[in-house]
Formats: sequence, structure tokens, C-alpha cells
Amino acid sequence: MSFFLVHVTHQFHTPHSSLLIHIMNNVFVYCETEGPNVLEVSQELLTKGRKLADKLGVDLHAIVAGSGIKGKVETQILPYGVDKLFVFEGNGLSPYTSAPHTDILVNLFKEERPQICLLGATVIGRDLGPRVSSSLTSGLTADCTQLEIGDYDEKKTGKHYDNLLYQIRPAFGGNIVATIVNPDHRPQMATVRSGVMQKALYEGQAKGEVVYPDVAKYVPEADYVVKVIDRHVEAAKHNLKGSPIVVAGGYGVGSKEGFELLFQLAKELHGEVGASRAAVDAGWADHDRQIGQTGVTVHPKVYIACGISGQIQHIAGMQDSGIIISINSDPDAPINKIADYVINGTVEEVVPKLIKYYKQNSK
Amino acid sequence: MKLKIVVLAKQVPDTRNVGKDAMTAEGTVNRAALPAIFNPEDLNALEQALRIKDQHPGSTVGILTMGPPRAGEIIRQGLYRGADEGWLLTDRKSAGADTLATSYFLAKGIEKIGNVDIVIGGRQAIDGDTAQVGPQVAQKLGLNQVTYAEEVMKIEDGKATIRRHIDGGVETVVAPLPVLITVNGSAAPARPCNVKRVMKYKYATCPMERKGDEPWSSLYARPYLTLGQWSIADCRADEAQCGLSGSPTKVKTVQNIVFQAKESKTLTGSDSDVESLVKELLDEKIIG
Repeated sequence: MSFFLVHVTHQFHTPHSSLLIHIMNNVFVYCETEGPNVLEVSQELLTKGRKLADKLGVDLHAIVAGSGIKGKVETQILPYGVDKLFVFEGNGLSPYTSAPHTDILVNLFKEERPQICLLGATVIGRDLGPRVSSSLTSGLTADCTQLEIGDYDEKKTGKHYDNLLYQIRPAFGGNIVATIVNPDHRPQMATVRSGVMQKALYEGQAKGEVVYPDVAKYVPEADYVVKVIDRHVEAAKHNLKGSPIVVAGGYGVGSKEGFELLFQLAKELHGEVGASRAAVDAGWADHDRQIGQTGVTVHPKVYIACGISGQIQHIAGMQDSGIIISINSDPDAPINKIADYVINGTVEEVVPKLIKYYKQNSK
Repeated sequence: MKLKIVVLAKQVPDTRNVGKDAMTAEGTVNRAALPAIFNPEDLNALEQALRIKDQHPGSTVGILTMGPPRAGEIIRQGLYRGADEGWLLTDRKSAGADTLATSYFLAKGIEKIGNVDIVIGGRQAIDGDTAQVGPQVAQKLGLNQVTYAEEVMKIEDGKATIRRHIDGGVETVVAPLPVLITVNGSAAPARPCNVKRVMKYKYATCPMERKGDEPWSSLYARPYLTLGQWSIADCRADEAQCGLSGSPTKVKTVQNIVFQAKESKTLTGSDSDVESLVKELLDEKIIG
């Protein structure tokens, strides 16, 4: 057995090919499906992609690939302002495996030369994005919390770049926020978690063209080599992302039993329970309840932070909440600075009182 | 079936549960407050590798890491738990590498090792959380890839059967070797260090870790105490594709986080304070 390094020809990502870069430089969004349904995160990215395309004066293109999706996904994608949709319909494209979807993107991008490509920071997007970026030697930034267009001056070379994609994300365990750019390589790729962007139907006029390329021209037979032999997907057990009230627990909750109190409070308030990464790492809450940059982003009316210190990674996932209530025994916890109400006390002391007085006073 | 397994492992600053002391008064990251550790999910990957070895006698497990000389500690930690060998990729010119440049150097290291059946690493490292290096190495070597693995269930007829986590569920995939696998933190934890192996390998070092005047330096003549250490040139890699020059992504700005203080009401946990808060929230129909 031997390995070969795949040498990628630098067709459209060297500094000298800036002319080529400007020939076809649209914004692409990879849309993900589960069965015949387009994921919400993809629609959120379409809305963001539309804004970026408008700012750049280019078109928004979307790609979707799967089996049995033709005729079902188009109406879930076009209303978000898509000028051109590429539907790759074929056997072996669902369930997702890495190689066929990679080659669809790589070979389409060699033809289309997009300047930006956005993917959901889902299991699929985080499997696919890096493989595509490696194949095209383009830069990829994971789990962005903001995307903007702006200029960049390379200090070393003194070169000026117009209209780059600013890929903004917390880094180094969330202690800093970094703005990343890809000056010379295309496409500029970024993944974004579900719920970070807000989806909205496009009110302007988009071209809405749909094409159905021949999959065999993009995907060699050899790509269908990994087989999915068993698959179980359950509908989400909770609606954390859409809940108007979130009771979230951190390391200060202290135990799995402590989280039971949070569930009781959430039940009373008709809310959902979320958790910080520290609490999830400690095994007190399920992974799918993690709020923050590497978890879910929530925008509830009320956010009750119980024993959460407030690392920026966590803040990134809840800072747009309406009212923030922080319960913390540490009066200097960083989260207290963005809270509307700070209760100095332990979770086990305060939460039962919240439950008690809510029961007494609500009708 | 004898398998050659390489574990990708990274030494990372422990960014979990960092307290306020992680930031200096000037607002910069206080690296001294963060110990260097074996990236947690890479330990889960090591355990899967050792289990494969247990099931397939004659297989070998090697640790491949990239970093400064002190990252040799990662190889020792692997040897203590049952790995057979290890290599450190270290080169000043690889500094400042983003994920793409990192994956290039690692891929060249794996090529130099040669004839590898399984490359396995953690899903992501806690200092970057990108999950990009695994798939990028796989692409560069033309390997099949299976990410988010929970368990390598069996290796049979040149194929790996792997249970993996997907959004909202699990799936089982069969992937022909050679394959690159990334492992979730929810997979089985790593076995503890074996005391005999600690005794055997505690002085195992990369040449660059050695000063030469250590009291035990006479032991360095034992071949198993010299760990692999390769530069960019040793791996016949292209310097331009390593380090900063091989990184398409550039950091434009880095901001320290300063929270904009809101006007907040501060209460105690007393009954009267909590009750008045609940009443206020109810009156204003914030909760209902």
C-alpha cells in the first residue's frame, strides 16, 4: 500500500491570477438535507450569503446533493434569494459520505470559481469543508460567529485587498476573538453553527434559476466506496434553539443532581435547559444541550444562567438574549457584566426559591 | 491481520475551565496559567488504536505529533499507555501553520512512516476546535475518512466497521483501508499509564529535548529511548507549504474580550430578593 500526495494545480488561487478571480466570483452556499428537508442552518446561511452577495454585487448560488431530493428541495432554497441552484440528484448521494460530496464541490468550484463558500458547522459540514479546502488549497475557518466584508492590508508585502470575507470567531478557548482573512486563495470558506445567523425570506428579486447537472461528470464511481450500513436519526428531543426561556447551567451547578433543579425550573417556566461546555464535559448535561460557539446559539426572551462564569465561547451563543439573569456565587463572574439581573448566591440556594415564588405568584 | 496504525496527537494548552487568571491584567492570554496537556480527544483515539492492536496481534501503534521539542511528552504519554513508537515533527519553519499547512506536514510525515493502514486522531483539538486537520490529512493522502467516530467495531477483510455520531443520531459505516478516523470525546476513555511501561520509557526523548548532561544520559544508547524526530527536510516536504507561508488563512486582528457592562440590578439570594424579582418579571410579562 502506498500513499500519493495529491498535487493541486494552482488554477485560481495564486496572487497572480487575480484576473481570473474576478471573472466568476459568486457566493456559494452548500445546502444540507435530511431526507427531503433542507436544514434550517442552510437557510440561515442562504440569508447571510444573500447579504454578502448584495454587498459584493455578485450572485448567490446554492448547491444541494442527495437521493430523492429533486422536486422537493427547490422551494425550500430558492425563496432565500438564490440566483442559481445546482441540484445534484443521484443514487449514493444520500446518506452523505465524504468523497462524492467532496468531488461535487471541488469539480463544480473548478468550473465556477466562487469567491466565497459557506457551509453549516454540522457534522457533515465539518467533514466536508476541510476535505474540499484541502483539495483546493483554500483557507477555511470553522465555527464563525460573524461574517463581514472588508478591506485588508498585508503588512509584510504592503499589498492591499478589497472586499475580503472577514471570518470572525472566538479562539484560544474563547479568551480572544480573531478576525481571519484568506487574501490569495479562493474560495474563502467558512462554517457557521446552526442558529448563529437568522433566516429570512428574501424580499428582493433573485434570478431563481435551477439546474440539474449530470452527477457522473463530477463524481467518479470510485468515490462510492464508504457504505453506510445502519443509520438512526431521532427527531430532536427538545427545542432549545427555539425556546423563549432558557435555563442554562454551568460548572457552578456542581453535579448532575444539581441539573435536576434546572429541569424543574425550566418545566415551571415552560422553557428548556441548556448547558455550558464545562457542564457538558463534566457529564452533567447531554452534548446537544451545549450553548455556545461549539454548541447551539440561542436567542431566547429570557436566559437564566446558573453557575455559568461566562467564557466568550459561551457568551457567543447567548448574548442576544432578551433578559439575562445570572445566578452566581462569584460576584465577579464575567457573565454578570452582560446580565440584566445578578443574583449573588449558589444555584442550590436560589433556584428552589425561584421555583417556589414562581409557583406562588403566577396564575 | 497485522495493522500499522498511526495516532495523530497534539499537545495543547488546557483551555477548559479556565478561570479569570487565564487573562493577564493587560488583557492578554496568560499562557503560563494553562498547563500543556495531551489533547483530550486524541486520548480517545489512542484508546481505539490500542483496542485494534489488542484484537489484531502483531499490529503496531505509533504516535505522530507536531510541535516544539517539549511535545515529545505526548509521545511518552502514548508509550506509557501501550504505543510502540513515536515521531515528533518539529521545525521552526512550521511555526504559524494553519490547519492546511499543519495537515500538509503531517501528511508528509505519514508518507515517510509508510504503509500505514489506519490513521486515527481526535475529532478536534481544544485550542482551536476546528476539526479540520483530520479530513485535510485524509484528502492529501487520498485516504477514506470517517469523522466523529464513537467506536471502531471491527477490522475485517481490509475494511473497518465504525459506529459514528451524526447530527441527531448514530450511523454505522464500512470503510475500506487505508482509512483516516477521527474520534469523539464521548468514545471510550484512554486506559491508564502502565507502571512498567512508565519505568521503561520515562527517559525516552527526542534528540532536541536532550541537553546531554542529564544524569541518565548514558541510557540514551538504548535505541528504544530515542524517539523519532523529523524536520521538514527529513520528510521531503516543501517548505513553502509549511508554516505561515503555507497557510492560506491569515489572522487580521485579535481582540481581547471586554464585555460592555450593562446596567444591571444586583440582588442577594435571600427570600425577599428572589420573590421581588419573580414578581417584577411576572408584572412586566417577561415570564408568564
